[in-house]
Amino acid sequence: MLKMRVIPCLDVKDGRVVNGVNFVNLVDAGDPVEQAKIYDAAGADELTFLDITASSDNRDTLYDVVSKTAEACFMPLTVGGGVRKSEDIRKLLLAGADKVSINTAAVKNPDFVKEAAQKFGDQCIVVSIDAKETAPGKFEIFTHGGREPTGIDAVAFAKRMAANGAGELLVTSMDRDGTKKGYNIPLTRAIADAVSVPVIASGGVGSLDDLVAGIRDGHATAVLAASIFHFGTFTIGQAKAHMLAAGLSMRP
Amino acid sequence: MTVAVIDYGAGNLKSAAKALSYAATETGDEVVITADADVIRKADRIVLPGVGAFAECKRGLEALDGGIAAMREAVLEKGRPILGICVGMQLLATVGVEYGEHAGLDWIKGRVVKLTPDDPSLKIPQMGWNNLNLKRPHPIFDGLESGVHAYFVHSYHFIADDARDVLADVDYGGKVTAAIGRGNIVGVQFHPEKSQAVGLRLLGNFLRWRP
Repeated sequence: MLKMRVIPCLDVKDGRVVNGVNFVNLVDAGDPVEQAKIYDAAGADELTFLDITASSDNRDTLYDVVSKTAEACFMPLTVGGGVRKSEDIRKLLLAGADKVSINTAAVKNPDFVKEAAQKFGDQCIVVSIDAKETAPGKFEIFTHGGREPTGIDAVAFAKRMAANGAGELLVTSMDRDGTKKGYNIPLTRAIADAVSVPVIASGGVGSLDDLVAGIRDGHATAVLAASIFHFGTFTIGQAKAHMLAAGLSMRP
Repeated sequence: MTVAVIDYGAGNLKSAAKALSYAATETGDEVVITADADVIRKADRIVLPGVGAFAECKRGLEALDGGIAAMREAVLEKGRPILGICVGMQLLATVGVEYGEHAGLDWIKGRVVKLTPDDPSLKIPQMGWNNLNLKRPHPIFDGLESGVHAYFVHSYHFIADDARDVLADVDYGGKVTAAIGRGNIVGVQFHPEKSQAVGLRLLGNFLRWRP
């Protein structure tokens, strides 16, 4: 039986791990490769790096981090942030990433996802959807770390991305991100029920019950969290044990 | 001993090569990424990685000058061990039906068809960790038991003509082939290079295997 996945996310800036509350007030907190090894040993099911490096001059630090991580951790690694063209994907895959997540570029040019899926295979293309609930049950795509509205309906966009060949969707609730109030379950569920590809719930985890809810109520098959793991509030092991106790199918 | 990881443009061969190199620190093998028919022909072992669509991968393999002929010589004539991973495993089949019917290498008889889980809520691709049911003992599973987890990402799977060629399966709304083997040929649908300790163990077993 397929197991539900717990995915710690590391925000990486200029080759260093940082973590953000609503994507501001960044706190430098460690070496990404060392962090990755800790998560690998702790039984994380996958690992995600989100590159938030602002200057393209420092972009090469990311490839170095990915390459060093891939040499030390033999687990699935997804890298996102600043992926705008095929060349970015190719370089990340060559550095050792298994999947690449596309965010703003997918919103600006949905055909880029089609092109990327055809070129590199559906399985390595994750589309990262940042959405806010603008009215009850109404979800809109936002870009630029949640600052810019697009007027695009998140569920319609998710369907289109799956049709374009995205192998997986990372659904982040921008109004929950960093709040520790839990995932936006209606958002997660609306998208998960609308597409046939796997959905990863993201944004807002504060407790272990939030992880359970993302899967049980949100119908995601994977849960992503950053700060609860990164600042040691909970371990990966505690998260998985809690989810197992709640009746979810987990890998020990 | 030289292990040739076939480079035909498939996305994740670096991951496969890195994991093999890690496993090879115990066996002392040299892992080379190659598109050179001569290197393939002389290799002691071959690993055929693969991600993406069946036809695209087959085309990539055919584009290697003399590559398939060299693989055939090493594997079918000299009996060198080969490990196919994911689409690399699927390419061992007679035919694949992803985006139309395409001939595979036909080294293990079977068809590669779309996953059709009997539970409609199951997502396609199957993405994540699933527990292996080992059907037949095989040296690549030395030290591993039924129930160990491996990492899968796929939308198509291998239906072997001869059930005895299925070494392991997993449950994903029905039985899904996880590993196949016949003689000196083995293939795994999952990604050992992404399956942490279980995967490294399997890769080490492959490097030690003397069929």
